[in-house]
Amino acid sequence: MLYRTAGQFKTSYRADQALFPIRQDAFLLGLILVCAWVVFPLTASEFTFQTILTPILIYSLAALGLNILTGFAGQLSLGTGAFMGVGAYACYKMITLMPWMNPIIAILLSGVFSAGVGVLFGIPSLRIKGFYLAIATLAAQFFLVWLFEKWAWLYNYNASGAIQVPNLDMFGFYVSGPQASSMTQYYVVLTIVSLLTYLAINLTRGNLGRTWKATRDMDIAAELIGINLMKSKLTAFAVSSYIVGVAGALFVFMWRGAAEPNLFDIPLSFRVLFIAIIGGLGSIMGNYLGAILIVGLPVVLNTVPGWLGIHVESALLEHLNIMIVGSLIIFFLIIEPHGLNQLWRLIREKLIIWPFPH
Amino acid sequence: MDALTEGYVTEDGRRIGGVLMEMKNITLRFGGVVAIKDISFDIREGEIRAIIGPNGAGKSSMLNVISGFYHPQEGEVWYKGGVRPSMKPFEVARQGVGRTFQNIALFEGMTVLDNVMTGRLTHMKASIWEQAIWWGKAEREEVHNREQVEKIIDFLEIQSIRKTPVGRLPYGLKKRVELARALAAEPSLLLLDEPMAGMNVEEKEDMSRFILDVNDEFGTTIALIEHDMGVVMDLSDRVVVMDYGKKIGDGTPDEVRSNQDVIDAYLGVAHD
Repeated sequence: MLYRTAGQFKTSYRADQALFPIRQDAFLLGLILVCAWVVFPLTASEFTFQTILTPILIYSLAALGLNILTGFAGQLSLGTGAFMGVGAYACYKMITLMPWMNPIIAILLSGVFSAGVGVLFGIPSLRIKGFYLAIATLAAQFFLVWLFEKWAWLYNYNASGAIQVPNLDMFGFYVSGPQASSMTQYYVVLTIVSLLTYLAINLTRGNLGRTWKATRDMDIAAELIGINLMKSKLTAFAVSSYIVGVAGALFVFMWRGAAEPNLFDIPLSFRVLFIAIIGGLGSIMGNYLGAILIVGLPVVLNTVPGWLGIHVESALLEHLNIMIVGSLIIFFLIIEPHGLNQLWRLIREKLIIWPFPH
Repeated sequence: MDALTEGYVTEDGRRIGGVLMEMKNITLRFGGVVAIKDISFDIREGEIRAIIGPNGAGKSSMLNVISGFYHPQEGEVWYKGGVRPSMKPFEVARQGVGRTFQNIALFEGMTVLDNVMTGRLTHMKASIWEQAIWWGKAEREEVHNREQVEKIIDFLEIQSIRKTPVGRLPYGLKKRVELARALAAEPSLLLLDEPMAGMNVEEKEDMSRFILDVNDEFGTTIALIEHDMGVVMDLSDRVVVMDYGKKIGDGTPDEVRSNQDVIDAYLGVAHD
């Protein structure tokens, strides 16, 4: 009933191709944006910012980047963590070499470096695909993490080998470092994530998006109808790695505050891949749903038993979390390979035609 | 050769123009196997040209040479009055050679509309930045190309399925969507690899009608491979017959039908 589309007529192709052909979708997104921009910041505690809001946004962005490569363009990648690291280290070097630089500009520029590295490691995709490409990106993963460890210039010859985010201010507010408030950082992350998501939606619904999907679905046919596969795959690597790199810079500068090389190791890659798979490959919204689940689940497991007055060992919680995430992944791979996004699509379809069964 | 460049008039009164594409002494080998042996023929503007032959005669290989997927070891491909240099398949497609496939090669994860829109990508020029911002050039281009695509969708009578994911469609409709995708590119030369394979009589009739209409309405030159002899003889203006990689006949359907080599190739001949 809420989703009734009767009376919403489209009289031009422009209207039919609009971002929200159905009014209720626009309303729903408006509601979410109001929550994200106004309601959450007004009500959230320091703990909520640090454990839920900011990490969900950052992980969503990283998953969005991976999804463009794997979900839209069909190129499997296991190197997401390392590409996030490239973004983080690039941002760190820029900030320390040029302390006058605006931190937001630095974060947005750091994606350019990871895009370059991504294209470089994407070149094998012109020859190999599927599992073999995954192995090639795995090589990138190991090589880059090794580089973060061994190339002391990257962490300014720190004795600890880790990078420490300095206090950076913008218009009188600290946006990163120990003195920055969680709310300011949340707003910076939200701005960048909203902007990049909007651009990614446009890219995926336009000509480039169709080119990527054609490459994913049947590359030989794509080439025979005029798609330059090299260009299609490398733009996918570039756009994907750019977004992942920015997510990496946000990860360290707006959330963690410090990073060691092994933070970007393969568990991070897998975490982002899980978010993309559970959320739904080939979707934009799925990344957010997946991140909410993966980031939110441990928090829920930690707090709910306390409310109920049940005492659970923290080691047990850790194990429970791993077991639940693991079984969810298996569940989705079998029952709903298109992820949470597909579930929402089915619900929406049902709501539109309700009360009729089909 | 020069005497023929003016073209000819078909039995039903259609004017056929000059040579659009000419294959000159094409030889294609895979290792020791000779798939195509010294074949020459031409395709004229506005005609429907068929390539027929028994299984394994090298017809599909020939089509793949035309669309640039295989590169022949010997011979030249002339296109629009010049020798075509060795180029990648996507470059050939961008020069106006469209095609469909023997085994349907649609993009299964996309809707019918998106599939057909993909056919127009060679006409879309907005840069990646313009597409990311969307407002302005990218949107105008998207709407303009959508209008072109809708004309094709109307023409092939697939309006009702335009938002259906291709994976859900039955076989006959998939073939039609594939034709739509190829037509959306507005090709000068359209290659059809067994457009009627696996269809029932009714679907074949529909497809034949569409092929004739496309040729008539848009003036598209068509080269097709087909096994159904009745269809081939009715549709095409001229026919090339291949057997074991060699050309054994070339001419109007009537000429080919009465060619002894062709009859032998199809019916078999006693070797003694």
